[in-house]
Amino acid sequence: MMETAFTKGEIPLLRVEGLTKRYLKGGPPVVDGVSFEVAPAEIFALLGPSGCGKTTTLRLIAGFERADEGRVWLMGQEVTRWPPERRGIGFVFQDYALFPHLSVWENVAFGLRHLKGRERWARVEEVLGLVGLTVFKDRKPGELSGGQQQRVALARAIAPGPRLVLLDEPFSSLDAALRQTTRDEVRAMLKQAGIGAVLVTHDQEEALSFADRLAVMRGGRLEQTGTPEEVYLRPRTPFVAQFLGRTNLIPGEGRGGWAETPLGRLSLVEEAHGPVLLSLRPEGLGLAAPLGHLGERQLEGVVVAREFKGHDLTYRVRLGSRELTVQEGPESPFRAGDRVRVLVRAKAVVVGQGRQEGT
Amino acid sequence: MAAQTLRPIPLPLLAVALLVGLGVLLPLAYLGLRAAQAEPGQLVEIVLRPRNLQLLLNTLALLLGVIALTTLLALPLAWLTSRTDLRGRRLWTLLLTLPLAVPGYVGVFGFFGATGGSGWLSGLLGFTWPRPTGYLGALGVLTLFTYPYLFLNLRAALLGLDSALEESARSLGYRGYQVFFRVVLPQLRPALYAGWLLVGLHVLGDFGVVSLVRFETFSYAIYLQYSSAFDRVYAAWLSLMLLLLTGSLLWLEARLLKNLSLSRVGLGSSRLPQRTPLGYGALPAYAFLLLPVVGALVVPLVSIGYWVLQYPSGYLSWEGVVQALENSARASAPAALLSALMALPLAYLGVRYPSRLARALERVAYLGYATPPLAFALALIFFSLRGAPFLYQTLALLVLAYALHFLAEAIGPVRSALYQAPPRLEEAARSLGFGPFQAFFRATFPLLRRGMLASMALVFLSAMKELPLTFLLAPVGYSTLATRIWGYTSEALFAEAAPYALLVVLLSAGFVGLLLTQER
Repeated sequence: MMETAFTKGEIPLLRVEGLTKRYLKGGPPVVDGVSFEVAPAEIFALLGPSGCGKTTTLRLIAGFERADEGRVWLMGQEVTRWPPERRGIGFVFQDYALFPHLSVWENVAFGLRHLKGRERWARVEEVLGLVGLTVFKDRKPGELSGGQQQRVALARAIAPGPRLVLLDEPFSSLDAALRQTTRDEVRAMLKQAGIGAVLVTHDQEEALSFADRLAVMRGGRLEQTGTPEEVYLRPRTPFVAQFLGRTNLIPGEGRGGWAETPLGRLSLVEEAHGPVLLSLRPEGLGLAAPLGHLGERQLEGVVVAREFKGHDLTYRVRLGSRELTVQEGPESPFRAGDRVRVLVRAKAVVVGQGRQEGT
Repeated sequence: MAAQTLRPIPLPLLAVALLVGLGVLLPLAYLGLRAAQAEPGQLVEIVLRPRNLQLLLNTLALLLGVIALTTLLALPLAWLTSRTDLRGRRLWTLLLTLPLAVPGYVGVFGFFGATGGSGWLSGLLGFTWPRPTGYLGALGVLTLFTYPYLFLNLRAALLGLDSALEESARSLGYRGYQVFFRVVLPQLRPALYAGWLLVGLHVLGDFGVVSLVRFETFSYAIYLQYSSAFDRVYAAWLSLMLLLLTGSLLWLEARLLKNLSLSRVGLGSSRLPQRTPLGYGALPAYAFLLLPVVGALVVPLVSIGYWVLQYPSGYLSWEGVVQALENSARASAPAALLSALMALPLAYLGVRYPSRLARALERVAYLGYATPPLAFALALIFFSLRGAPFLYQTLALLVLAYALHFLAEAIGPVRSALYQAPPRLEEAARSLGFGPFQAFFRATFPLLRRGMLASMALVFLSAMKELPLTFLLAPVGYSTLATRIWGYTSEALFAEAAPYALLVVLLSAGFVGLLLTQER
């Protein structure tokens, strides 16, 4: 499969195999057989709802928690039993965990024990320059804004020169406007420095735009791993399809390259046979005025709700007993109550085989 | 139930915490060992002595009397300062709390210095006011200096009560005083039990007051046996009986609390209750508030002032005062340091690795606090004689006793500081290449400085005033502020005692000031 984005034989930066962790003896696993690989300088995201075990996975990789089962390799070296301080992995905490008694400069210098005097000074200045905080170096963390604290946390984590940085929801405490720019800056900086990263987030947009590859996690397991495009365009499970943006789930009967469904015949991305569950993104559907001469041969429905969002417009359309979400351009003219013709513009993706519990 | 984490407790931390726990329990075990040395015939004779019954009755009478009297005093005081339109409620609360910090023996000094033929009160009134001695003396003095425990608990509870409950009762047709007895009072039960326990432990542990007013309770009898009769087996047995009494009190409190569940049902923050206007009742109310303030603050302070002025500077220099202050400090300062250092692993264990073991170890620390000091001192003597003879009659043993006894005071501030230092700071340090110990000392410890200092200051100030432990454990001829005050007062040398009492009162004021800053 295409799950590894690097050539065979190259040693992955991070390899995780069968990682399992229970917090309660005999209780359900919080992390359940998680396996993935991260290539050098690759940015990997773990995406999932809260409580899915993604942060625990990150803490297991960092060594803050001890795995019940499974193994962790860093650059081909097994580190499963190593204490965190031996692993040399940078970690950025959700609330940053800056040392409140130390200045920005001292926070960044904290991990530079092996450097002395001039070298140490030069490295701190270099990293502070990288995150653009040189002028704030004498301040205490409490005197900085959230965005600045975030950058100090990152600077502190990368100062010792780790090959891998773990980011635990690092942008979630920033306000929306700041989040996007900070995200872009951090990404550019990681790429420039050639540092690999594992990002944990519950924000699908963040994962899609930040990561080179991502894994969707649910109930302690990885449901799907791949590039953002693969995971968004070819979800393998109904959960992945729904978690990465809105979708319409439609049951049908596979007949090879197409499927028989309540919406009529739908073309499939991959061939399938027998009962299937299909996903059709709202942007794969469109609306037009019904044409009288088509009669029964068109998909005619009624607009139930209209949600104008500026750059686009989302309709809820009732079609028989089923409601569909349809995305249109901002100039689309239909209003609630209008009769419309639903157009299928994209191929459907099979997200489940066999009888499903419906949408 | 809190989730039992599978994270293993680091072994060194566990070892240190267990050692501290052992420090409290081991001496008590030696007490039992020493008591068991009696021969069977002797044993029966010791346990069944009629004097024991008399001591038990005396101790119980004092215990129940003080509890009843403090309740009658503290309940109205708490209500007046929390639920009425009284003026200066904060100032009254402070004044009514202050006696807590004044040791009972200074209180006795204050009353003795005021009454009797030589007292200033007699001079003022023109007739001789009798000295408070015996049961009534002990009852009065102990009530005046222990009621704040109950007052503070009740006041906090009254302020925390949901006023909607009282308003519901009002709307259901109950009158004001009916509401108080049917709705408010039942809800004050946890606060009453907690306050009674503190008052009770104080009464059982008291030595200064009962010995000066010469009322024979277990504590006083232990002292007499140990110091004059040299019957150590009997002293050990008396200590065990006192411990049994203390244990019963703790058990009773736990049992009473177990069947109580008075937490608020439903969500939403409760509003502050309405304040009752006092109207014409204000004058008697102020008079009532003044009663304990005069008894526990004004009388001792006037006595101290009066007798300091009488201090015979001619033939006695101030050298003795300085010497005693220095002696007190020389024992208290290392004890404060030791106590804070012992509190650190216990608090850390409790905050970062909450488990049954951590809770048990913390309880042991509180046990050291609850154990009557005379019994604890005696236990340490037996322990040092048997297990570590090189410690007997040394300053080190006194320091150890202070540190173990006041350990419970040291845990609080360290624990609050720890709660404010998130564990992620240590994890961040670990990910930056530091081992567990280095990570703790570089990331967390700097944040505990204030808490550690507060712990040390609390223990230091408490140890400076400590009497019974000092009495039994100080090296021969080593006198401190507390032992000097007790010694001079028991010989009615009030002028000689006054400068020492002044110093202790100043230290007590510092203690209260510190507590108030900690509350914020």
